[in-house]
Amino acid sequence: MTTAVPRRSSRSSRRPVWEERPSVLGQLGKGTILTLVTAAVLVPLWVVLVTSLSSAETINQAGGYVIVPREFDPSAYVVIFSGGLIGRAVWISTLITFIGTSVSLTLTVLAAYGLSRSDSVAHRPLLFYFLLTFLIYPGMIPSYLVVTGLGLKNNLLALTLPTAIQAFNLVVLRAFFMNIPSELIDSARIDGAGEFRILTRIVLPLSKAVVAVIGLFYAVGYWNAFFNAILYIDRNDLQPLQRLLQGYILLGQAPPNVGGGAVVHIPGIGYSAPPSLAIKMAVVIVTVVPALIVYPFIQRHFTKGVIIGAVKG
Amino acid sequence: MSAPTLTKKAAEPVTRPARHPRRLRDRLRRDWPLLLMVVPAFLLVLVFHYVPTLGNVVAFQDYNPFAGDSPLEAFVYSEWIGFGNFEALFEDPSFWDSLRNTLAILLFQLVFYFPLPIVLALLLHSVLSPRLRSFIQSVVYLPHFFSWVLVVSFFQLMLGGAGLLAQVVRDAGYTPPDIMTNPDTFLMLVTSQAVWKDAGWGMIIFLAALAAIDPTLYEAAAADGAGRWRRLWHITLPGLRSVIILLLILRLGDALNVGFEQFILQRDAVGRQAAEVLDTYVYYRGVVVQQYGIGAAAGLFKAAVGLVLILAANKIAHRFGEQGIYQKS
Repeated sequence: MTTAVPRRSSRSSRRPVWEERPSVLGQLGKGTILTLVTAAVLVPLWVVLVTSLSSAETINQAGGYVIVPREFDPSAYVVIFSGGLIGRAVWISTLITFIGTSVSLTLTVLAAYGLSRSDSVAHRPLLFYFLLTFLIYPGMIPSYLVVTGLGLKNNLLALTLPTAIQAFNLVVLRAFFMNIPSELIDSARIDGAGEFRILTRIVLPLSKAVVAVIGLFYAVGYWNAFFNAILYIDRNDLQPLQRLLQGYILLGQAPPNVGGGAVVHIPGIGYSAPPSLAIKMAVVIVTVVPALIVYPFIQRHFTKGVIIGAVKG
Repeated sequence: MSAPTLTKKAAEPVTRPARHPRRLRDRLRRDWPLLLMVVPAFLLVLVFHYVPTLGNVVAFQDYNPFAGDSPLEAFVYSEWIGFGNFEALFEDPSFWDSLRNTLAILLFQLVFYFPLPIVLALLLHSVLSPRLRSFIQSVVYLPHFFSWVLVVSFFQLMLGGAGLLAQVVRDAGYTPPDIMTNPDTFLMLVTSQAVWKDAGWGMIIFLAALAAIDPTLYEAAAADGAGRWRRLWHITLPGLRSVIILLLILRLGDALNVGFEQFILQRDAVGRQAAEVLDTYVYYRGVVVQQYGIGAAAGLFKAAVGLVLILAANKIAHRFGEQGIYQKS
């Protein structure tokens, strides 16, 4: 993989002299395929976004989904965030994401650092202990019995603790920590720093970017978590957003707060009753948005992360 | 053993240093903060990974959650029944349905999903403008970060009975096709969902492998008169070969995990006959109907078959002279 870096950066946008010019038909075909591929991702997102920001009138005129935006009507979002089950689910998902990411990140960083010294006691069997989790999958039923046996049913901890440590992330972090020059660490030790201080003062500041990316990976994972919610959460008021989305879009339950003429006041626009289709779309957008926000930050780094993980894992 | 360092070093090979008690104690004194840092992660993995792994014993038990003082003690106090759960499992026709569906989906994905990231990577690699390339990359990676609920929701919103496609088709005066709830086309539906979500993401590793191919090889081949397709066949594909085989093995090892969420989300709309896979079977049998033993037996069966598949695939890879998965470092 070492040759990948210089080649990528030196790769010019000019065609090498020895390569023949592509035919017009070939160019056209390639362009069409790539346009279709990108459209397959962008068009649904666009339609959902525009519909979520449309008023009842526009939606009725369009006969459903709106493709060309006519106005900016955020009333669906006002309804979502004005409380009720949807607002509650947004809050629960945020909470899970926040707590889960903090726990996961802290423990993964600690463990990755603890295992990063190639001469420390027992680091080899311990690493093997974590790597083995790649190969052995404990099974749904025993996991369910253990988690419920610990009394975590309908407890948000059931959505965070069982998935808190991802060996993949640990391996990536460890690989990064091992690349930090040992002279730096040795000199800190000579100055009397303990391991914890070395970690927080020297190693972490040097690896901010990687730690941030791993944190975002964890965060996206928690935000998207659905499986554990199905297994461990029955109570309506503890459902994360993904469960709600399932209810509204896939099971066709009507969004609450709509119907009986829920009218909301929007500053600058006046009163309006958001149509339920707009609310549905708004729930989709709210579920997508965190992934969209963190995406640009992870995107630069994940190619490297994936490759390290694939090679070492 | 208070010898100076030099002699101690010379003596090491004889006294097997790693096992020497005094040295271990020294090392422990030096490394205990490192070990302490590993402890929390160690415990979490123990409780939520290794204990459940051992908990697979319920597959051989008539598990009774009320035996003993807690559901965890019930692992110890439940009655052992040997292979009774497996017998019950193998007599259940819906188990065989789910196994057949799982294998059909696996086969379908290997044929229609697996090659796509390679094709996409080749296509994108040939785009000359770096800006355009990175734009397309950003767009196609994106759905990987969506949850399955979102992916299925998008499909429902676009292709479902009340979706955008139906709206357009109805406006044109035709009857919209039944896509989201049709058991006959379910295989195609789930495969296209997997493609939409992850084909772009799967491209990353092939792009990296493509970038690692020495460009002078192409130049030399072109000088020797090899055309575009010959270069693809004799340089590019061999360059990707080991990655392709590695990913194929990994996919096979993961074969029976065709995905729980994607299927449980659509199981009711499409019907059990077509949409039940091993994972959803385990869930309904074990968690919903609470036949824990049978559910665990199905899970164990799945794990065993998966293990056999991955070992077999690896063996085949070795025979082809490839590295496979174990043998690293």
